[in-house]
Amino acid sequence: MSLAETDAVTAAKPYLRRATLIGVALVLVLAVSGAAGLRYGLLLLIGLGFGIVLEGFRFGFAGPWRALLLRREVAGVLAQLLAIGLVAVVAIPLLSAQEGVLIGAHAPVGWAMMGGAFVFGIAMQIVLGCGSGTLVNAGSGNPVGLLALPFFAIGSFAGAYHLVWWTGLGTLQPVVFAGTGGLAMTLALLAAVAVLLLVVAAPGSRRLPRRLWIAAVVIALLALGNLVVAGQPWGVVYGLGLWAAKGAVAVGADLSGSAFWMAEANAARLGESIFTDVTSLTNIGIIAGACLVAVWRVGGLSAALPRLPAKAWAAVIIAGFLMGYSSRLAFGCNVGAFFSGISTGSLHGWVWFVMAFMGAAVGVRLRPALGLEERP
Amino acid sequence: MTRKLTVGIALAMLAGLVMFDLATATLDPFAAPAVFALGSGQAAAGAHCAAMPE
Repeated sequence: MSLAETDAVTAAKPYLRRATLIGVALVLVLAVSGAAGLRYGLLLLIGLGFGIVLEGFRFGFAGPWRALLLRREVAGVLAQLLAIGLVAVVAIPLLSAQEGVLIGAHAPVGWAMMGGAFVFGIAMQIVLGCGSGTLVNAGSGNPVGLLALPFFAIGSFAGAYHLVWWTGLGTLQPVVFAGTGGLAMTLALLAAVAVLLLVVAAPGSRRLPRRLWIAAVVIALLALGNLVVAGQPWGVVYGLGLWAAKGAVAVGADLSGSAFWMAEANAARLGESIFTDVTSLTNIGIIAGACLVAVWRVGGLSAALPRLPAKAWAAVIIAGFLMGYSSRLAFGCNVGAFFSGISTGSLHGWVWFVMAFMGAAVGVRLRPALGLEERP
Repeated sequence: MTRKLTVGIALAMLAGLVMFDLATATLDPFAAPAVFALGSGQAAAGAHCAAMPE
């Protein structure tokens, strides 16, 4: 049977294609479990779950922020707050009970951290994909996300390379909302933001659609699964930087000038497999999970690629690099800093939210000028 | 051109990453940590974007 005939059969009988997709995903998880260990297989499975839910339920970060800024549609951001709150209810007490065994996304607030979050907010609106969103977009065949991803990885590597210099510009000690009081503070702040959103919401946009309720709950469960299995919260940026760093070492780059990459744990990880790195596994899972959903949908791959001017593609490359670089300075992207930072009680997550949202307000206005969308 | 092309490129990039990794690092399932970090008593050793280098 020719390839065209095979395509015709699988298009007519999507269940064959879908059964194959499930089989391939399970084989990959089993292969990683057997070759690297069961923990790593489970992390790949959790990553697949993230990718499937993010793409399948269209749960995102950059898109809802854009909808809030341009149309005062608040449902997507409310769903983010719901997911973060659900994780916080379990994660903050768990971290207090298992100190040392489990770690939160706790990072210091500083000048570079705030500036990094602001730049990330701009860049993620240019690309219209955040940390997880770029992975999802690349996996589902969005050419903008696909082009941004390698430059995101290179930027993450470069940002990590210079991180210690940037933090030297002025950084406070990490502030953590821990224990019962910390959980109450986190939930109160999340509720305050939700109330504010409901006040400013456009008429008719206050109700959370069913898909977002489901997605928020499943994303929260997966994030808690990540914490329980890996001992650390969901993250994206470290893994991408590690991939680029390993590539740089392979082509003979000397990383001895970087305090970050020469730190004992990071230097050791450069010689280890990415199949034993937590964020690498979940990142691979997100890309593969989004790809699975795109292939699963009937006609999911038939959308024509956009025709954008050269300056738009150049903007995507630069914005992709900046997303990687700035998210290192900001101690995470929308996942590692915003989602996991806030849900594990780190003040830097809240500061990241404010700074990145201000950046996003700039970013949404840059897209038409960069040729990424029609001028209003 | 449709998304078939870009999904194909994404999968090729992933496959390239995996092949590069398998060629430059070894895996040992017997050196793997406990399945669940929670309750294992082992200190969390994974790298996270929020962590400062030590």
